[in-house]
Amino acid sequence: MKEHFAIKYLRREILPTVFCPGCGNGIVINCFLKAVSDLGYEDLSGFAFVSGIGCASWCISPYFKADTLHTLHGRPIAFATGLKLARPDLQVVVISGDGDLAGIGGNHLIHAARRNMDLLVICINNLNYGMTGGQVSPTTPENVTTTTSPYGNIEPPFRLAELVAAAGANLSARWTTYHVGQIISTIKKGLKKEGFRFIEVISQCPTNFGRRIGIDKPPDLVKWIRSICTVKKENSNEKLRLGIICERYRPGYVSVLKSLMERVRGEG
Amino acid sequence: MKKGRVEFWNGNIACAEGAIAAGCRFFAGYPITPSSEILEHMAKRMPEVGGVFIQMEDELAAIAAVIGASWGGVKAMTATSGPGFSLMQEGIGYACMTETPCVIVDVQRAGPSTGQATKAAQGDVMQARWGTHGDHEIIALAPNSPQEMFDLTVRAFNLSEMYRVPVIVLADEIVAHMWEKVRIPDDIEIVNRRKPSRPDEQIFGHELDTGVPPMPAFGEGYNLLVTGSTHDGYGFRKTADPLVHRKLVTRLVNKIRKNAEKIVDFEIYGCDPEDAEVMVVSYGCTSRSADEAVRQALEEGIKAINFRLRTIWPFPEKALRELAERVKLIVVPEMNLGQLYFEVERVACGRCPVILVSRIGGGEMVRPQDILRELRRA
Ligand SMILES: Cc1ncc(C[n+]2csc(CCOP(=O)(O)OP(=O)(O)O)c2C)c(N)n1
Ligand code: SF4
Repeated sequence: MKEHFAIKYLRREILPTVFCPGCGNGIVINCFLKAVSDLGYEDLSGFAFVSGIGCASWCISPYFKADTLHTLHGRPIAFATGLKLARPDLQVVVISGDGDLAGIGGNHLIHAARRNMDLLVICINNLNYGMTGGQVSPTTPENVTTTTSPYGNIEPPFRLAELVAAAGANLSARWTTYHVGQIISTIKKGLKKEGFRFIEVISQCPTNFGRRIGIDKPPDLVKWIRSICTVKKENSNEKLRLGIICERYRPGYVSVLKSLMERVRGEG
Repeated sequence: MKKGRVEFWNGNIACAEGAIAAGCRFFAGYPITPSSEILEHMAKRMPEVGGVFIQMEDELAAIAAVIGASWGGVKAMTATSGPGFSLMQEGIGYACMTETPCVIVDVQRAGPSTGQATKAAQGDVMQARWGTHGDHEIIALAPNSPQEMFDLTVRAFNLSEMYRVPVIVLADEIVAHMWEKVRIPDDIEIVNRRKPSRPDEQIFGHELDTGVPPMPAFGEGYNLLVTGSTHDGYGFRKTADPLVHRKLVTRLVNKIRKNAEKIVDFEIYGCDPEDAEVMVVSYGCTSRSADEAVRQALEEGIKAINFRLRTIWPFPEKALRELAERVKLIVVPEMNLGQLYFEVERVACGRCPVILVSRIGGGEMVRPQDILRELRRA
């Protein structure tokens, strides 16, 4: 039997993953590794992966056979910034959750986008805090019940891809776990670009999100997620827009810093 | 010893230059008085020496970036004061758990909270020791002059590389803003982290419970698994196994505790310690008043010494216990309402009385006469 294409990038000795059956995290792992495989990488040696704390953060650590930095809740982008500037030759990728990247870590997200820091950030947005039991997150849709919004969420959610686009990223996109082909091609696009690249994947957490809204079957939850999204280009107040939200061609932070250093040292 | 070069620097500049001399090539920080000159000096100097400077969005990010850079194989530092130091505590704990070498400078100012933001204090002694949660050991050094801001920053890097531990330079506003002559030796001893000799070596484990494992960098082919969660020697998370946790955290503590004698560093000024009848235990800017008080006491015929800590953590228990055996009185001057004082009292353990001389507010130093008055009591 031919080995699955992704196995060579994974620490096979610790598979299967600990994620709940039907969780969207596996789809994102698959998409990322398919993109890497399509681009012809034999292994992950040119990469460095950074994550925060949460279910999404476990995608890379310990499963990716690569250098991985599993950091503090909310801070992966800040850790990744230091790592990237110390090792600009490495392709630094952050994979983490919505609570991690946009709740506790929201400040780092917008500042990294503003700086156009050379990072590829994939946010697995399962619309709640999965690991801690399904609390409301900054991306939970209005009126949805979670363990900390038992009467329905009264707060409007962030639209992450638009937020990051507005903050200055070179690439910002949104898909759902249903859009596997599109996620793969956007990751490939992201891996070929410099600067800050952000891909939000709306994902299903059947255990802590679906169950609380009365949709516990993963395929039904994916359908529901699709129903709150739209592929139409015009901004909709009700629905989350899918696709590439912005693409820019500004130089990334590393190349700007490099020219500053050359200027200071009189080499420019 | 060769003479070296002499500069006229304030403590903050000396600290930044000490870091550069030690090989620091990454600095991330966030502005805060009275440490900002370190940030500003690094902004100018890092590009000149081929290093990276970045002003982050907050102190949480600054310490995180420093740790990230350290795993990139670069010596890295941040500098802050009071409130910023509080914000860094979670990151410092992560550096302890992941055994990441890095240097954190805390230029102490009067707290709690924003307190008196521009005024000197020594109120972070216990925060340096216990600021982050969970069992851990840390190293903290206390310079008392611009010269020591340079020397001890170099030492902070060396210790952090040797023990794979975050090291805190616990300075204060007075020492940071004081201008003095700083002598830069021609040859400065530099320690670099030990690299693994085999590809399968444990990066987070050691057969000795006092051992420091080797540390490769990202991008060197080790497939590193770095996590702040409890992990085995290879970095795999083991968040339920009691033995793995016990073994890891015990080693993290013992690698400092059981090597404390090699790390501690103090200076004794005054009469022959064998003859001493009274002793001051001091650190940082306050130790300058203590030296003066002891000088005056000696003139008055009082057999006094100033036991000055250059390493606060680990605490020089053994040396202090021996001296407490001999003297009749210990005086601890501090710009706080008693922090190291309690540690001295614990070690003296009833062998002799321990008196606290406090002064807080307005950045006013403990005066020599305040210390001398107590020394005369013995
Ligand atoms: C400073 C801090 N606060 C809180 C926590 C507890 N915590 C762990 S994971 C998590 C939420 C994770 O949610 P998200 O980032 O959305 O990831 P998910 O688990 O949903 O994939 C929280 C709040 C923590 N580890 N650290
Ligand atoms: S709790 Fe939710 S996000 Fe976490 S593994 Fe289970 S399904 Fe996935």
